Amino acid sequence: MTTESEIGAGPQATMLRVLIPVALALLVGGLILLALGKNPLDYYGYVMQRSLLRWGGFQETLTRMAPLLLIAAGLIVAFRAGIWNLGGDGQFLLAAVTSAALAPVLIGLIPRGLTLVVCMIVGIGVGALWSLIPAMLKARYGVNEIITTLMMSFLGTSLANVLIKLVLRDPDTTVPQTRSLPVDGRLPRLFDTTIHCGLVLAILAVILVHLMMTRTAFGLKLQVLGANRAAAIHAGLRVERLTIVAFALSAGLIGLAGAVEVLGVWGTVRADWNPAFGLLVVPLVFLARFNGYAVIGFTLFFSALMVGGESAARRVGVPQHYVLVLVALLLLFLALVEYLDQSRRKRIAA
Amino acid sequence: MSAAQRKLTRMIKDATQAGQSADSPRSGQFAVAALRHVTKRFPGIVALDHVSLEFHAGEIHVLLGENGAGKSTLVSLLAGMQQPDEGEILIGGAPAVIDSPRRSMDLGIGAVFQHILLVPSLTVIENLMLGGSWLRPLGRAATLRRFEELSSLLGTRIDPDARVSGLSLGEQQQVEIMRALWRDEKLLLLDEPTSMLTPQGVADLGRMMRRLKDKGVALILITHKLLEAYEFGDRISVLRLGTLAGDIDPQRLQTMSEAQRTESVIRMMFGAAPGVDATPEQGHEEELAILLGRKLPRANTVDRNKPATLAARALATAPDFAETPLHEVSFELWAGEVLGIAGVDGNGQKHLAEVLAGQRSLRQGRIDLAGSDITQGRVPERRQRGVRYVTDDRLGEGTVGTFSVATNLVLKEIGAPPYWRRGITDWELIHRSARETILRNDIRTPSERTPVGKLSGGNIQKVLLARELDAEANVAILNKPTYGLDLHNQRLALDRIVAAAARGVALIVISTDLDELLEISDRIGVMFQGRLAGIVDNGDGAGNKVRRLMTGAAAT
Repeated sequence: MTTESEIGAGPQATMLRVLIPVALALLVGGLILLALGKNPLDYYGYVMQRSLLRWGGFQETLTRMAPLLLIAAGLIVAFRAGIWNLGGDGQFLLAAVTSAALAPVLIGLIPRGLTLVVCMIVGIGVGALWSLIPAMLKARYGVNEIITTLMMSFLGTSLANVLIKLVLRDPDTTVPQTRSLPVDGRLPRLFDTTIHCGLVLAILAVILVHLMMTRTAFGLKLQVLGANRAAAIHAGLRVERLTIVAFALSAGLIGLAGAVEVLGVWGTVRADWNPAFGLLVVPLVFLARFNGYAVIGFTLFFSALMVGGESAARRVGVPQHYVLVLVALLLLFLALVEYLDQSRRKRIAA
Repeated sequence: MSAAQRKLTRMIKDATQAGQSADSPRSGQFAVAALRHVTKRFPGIVALDHVSLEFHAGEIHVLLGENGAGKSTLVSLLAGMQQPDEGEILIGGAPAVIDSPRRSMDLGIGAVFQHILLVPSLTVIENLMLGGSWLRPLGRAATLRRFEELSSLLGTRIDPDARVSGLSLGEQQQVEIMRALWRDEKLLLLDEPTSMLTPQGVADLGRMMRRLKDKGVALILITHKLLEAYEFGDRISVLRLGTLAGDIDPQRLQTMSEAQRTESVIRMMFGAAPGVDATPEQGHEEELAILLGRKLPRANTVDRNKPATLAARALATAPDFAETPLHEVSFELWAGEVLGIAGVDGNGQKHLAEVLAGQRSLRQGRIDLAGSDITQGRVPERRQRGVRYVTDDRLGEGTVGTFSVATNLVLKEIGAPPYWRRGITDWELIHRSARETILRNDIRTPSERTPVGKLSGGNIQKVLLARELDAEANVAILNKPTYGLDLHNQRLALDRIVAAAARGVALIVISTDLDELLEISDRIGVMFQGRLAGIVDNGDGAGNKVRRLMTGAAAT
C-alpha cells in the first residue's frame, strides 16, 4: 500500500531517482580523488573490501547499522509529522550515558536480560524527556523546533560530558568514563557473529514505524499534521497532543539508539565520545523520502562507507572525513535530480 | 444536432461576426493595444487560439469566460509574463515584443492582479517607493507628489503613512491601482478585481474606473460576475476554450435589455462554438437551463413550530490576531432552513463559523444541537452528531493539497469506522468509496489518488461539499461557498446547498455576495463588528434592509 508522499511515482522511477545521484556522487567523488592524485578505484575498492567483502568488516558494517536505523526510525516519525527534530545528538548521548551508568549497577542486582530491558527503557525515557521542552514550546507557542532542538542538543552533549566527569565517573580509570559493563553482560550476539541483537531490534523498529505511518490512523494523523497544520486543526485533531507525542516517540527512538549502541558495542561512555550520528542520519532519511524500507538500504550503504572509509582513507592517504564529501555530493545530486525531475513533470503537466 | 443547438450555433456565429467587424482598425485612430491572431500553446492545450482583440482609449472592455477560457493567459501576455507563439501584439498601432513585466510597464501597461501584491508591513508610500532602480535614492517628496496627483485623479482618500496591513482590501487595491498607473499608463489590466471586495468597495472601484475612462485610459476588466460586466463594461468579449466566442460592441450593448445581454453572454460562454468539436457533456442542456433560469426553485419547507435544530446563545470569543471577535451572538436555526449571513468581510464571520464547527473555543455562551448542549464538544464529537463545516480556505485548511482526493474525503474521519478498525487503515475501502463519491458528485479528477491540490478550484470545492454535505449531515456551516469559483461551479455549489436544505439539513451560508444570499436564504442575518446586527426574513425589500444593517445602521 502506498503512502501519501509516494503517490504518483512508479517503483522504477523511484529507483532511478536514487541510483542516478548515487552513481553521479561516486563519479564526481572519484574525480576529486583523481585531482588529489589518488586512485579512486583503489579507494572504492578498499571501501568495498573492508566493509562488505571481508567477513569481519561486514559484521562491523551491520553492527554500525543498529544505532543509525533506530535514529532513522525516530527521524521518520518526526519529519513525517512536520517536526524538525535536529536534537538527535543530545538525545542520543544523554540516553547513552544514563544507560551506561545504570547497566553496571543493575547487572549486579538483577538478571542480564532484565538489566538490558530496563536500560533500554531508561534510554527511551531520557531521550523523550530531553525533547519535552522543545515539544511543549512548539505545541503551546509555536516556537521553531529547529532552533530549540539544536540548542537542547548542545546542552545535552555538554550535560552528558559533565555527568561523566562529575557524577558518573569510574574512579578506577584515568580517562573520564562511566564504569564498564562486562562483555558477557552486553546485548546478546546473533549466532556466531559479533553482531549484537540490537540490529534486529532496529530493523523491527524501522519497519514498525513505517507500518505505523502508512497504515494506521495515528500515522495518518501525524502525516496530516506534518503536511498542513491548519488542516489538522480544521479536522479536529489534537494538534498539541500529537506534537508532543510525535516528539516523544522520535526522541525516544533516538534515545534507544544511544542505549543500544552502549549496551551492544561499547559497554561504557567516555567523556569525549560523541559519534554525532544524529545529524549524519538526517540526509539519509531525506534520501529515502521518509520511507522505512528505503532507509534500511541507505543505512547499509552509509555504514559501509563509514566503516570502509576510515581504513580506506588511511590506506589511500586522504583525510578520513572524505566520506562526508561523498555524502555531500550525494545530497547535491539528489537535489539536482529531484529538481530536474520536478520541472520535467511540470512541463508535462502544464 | 438538436434544434436548440442549431439555433445556438447560429447565434454564436452572428456574435462572432459582430466581434470580427469590431476588430478592424477605426479610421484615424489606433487602438491602445491590440492582439492580432494571437495563439499561445501550453503542452496539451491551446490556451489562446488565433484571438484578435482591440482595446480602445476611454473604454472599459470586459473579458468574460469560464476558468480555463484563456483570460489569464491573455493578461499574462500583455503583462509580459508570457510571449505569444503566433500572432502579434500591437501597442498604439506598432508591433511590440513584451518580453518582461518591466517592458510591459515601459509600454504603458499597468496591471492589478486578483491577489494583493503589497508588502503588508510597510506603509502605503513606502510600498509606492519600491520598484525604482536600485541605486536611485528613495524620493519621498516626489513620490508623495505623484501620490496626491493620483489620489485626486482616482478620487481616493488614503493616508500615505498608513501601514498597508491596516487598510481594508478595497483600499489596498486602490494602492495597487495607483502603482499600476504610476507612470501614466494608458492601459490598465484588472484581473478579477472585485472578487475580494465588499459591495461598497465594488462601487468605489466602479467610480474609479469611470474616472480613468474619462481620462482616456483603456481598461480591461476581467470578471466572473455578469452583473458587473453590464454595470461597468462598454464592450464585452467572451472567451471560451481559448477562442473568442463572441463580442458585444458598445452600440449593441446599449440597445440590449439585461435579459438579452445575459442570454447572449451565457450562450457564448457555454454553447458549442463553431469550429470546436461539439461534444456536449451530459446534462449540458439542463445546465444551460439552470444558468439561464437564474433562480433556483426553492420550496419553503421550514417548520418553525418544531424545536430548533441549532440554538446559539450569547456567543462571544476572545480576540485573535487581526480578527474580529464575536459579541453576544444569538440565533436559532431550524431543519431545512438556509440562514444566510451577510456582512462586510472581517466582521466576525470567520469566528462564528469556527465556533459553531468546534474549531475555536468560546469565551462565553452556549450552543445547543437538537436540544442538547454541545458547547464543550470538539470538532470530532460535533461531526459525529452531524455538524459540518465547509471552510472558505479550501487549500489552506480545508484540504491537504499534497494528499490524494481519497484521503481528503476522509480527512475528518481519521480513526473512525468503517475506514479504520482498531486504528488500522482500510485503504481499499477508502479508495473504493472515494471512487463512488467522485462519480456521484461529478468531481473531475484523473483518479482518486490524484493530489487534491492539482484539481481546479471548482473541483476542490466539490470534494469539500461531498465531504461535508453527506447523508449524515444535520447542520452545515458554509463559509463563502462560491468564492473564487466560475459561474458554472458557483451554480453547482448553490445547487448542492439548496438540495441539502430540501433534505432537511439546517444550513448557515456565510457570503459577501448579497445577491446569492437573497437567492437561497430563508432568513438573512447580518454581521457587523462581531455582533449579529439583525436577522431579516427574506422577501420583498430584504435586500435593502440587509444593506442598511451592513453599514451598522440599527435594524428597523
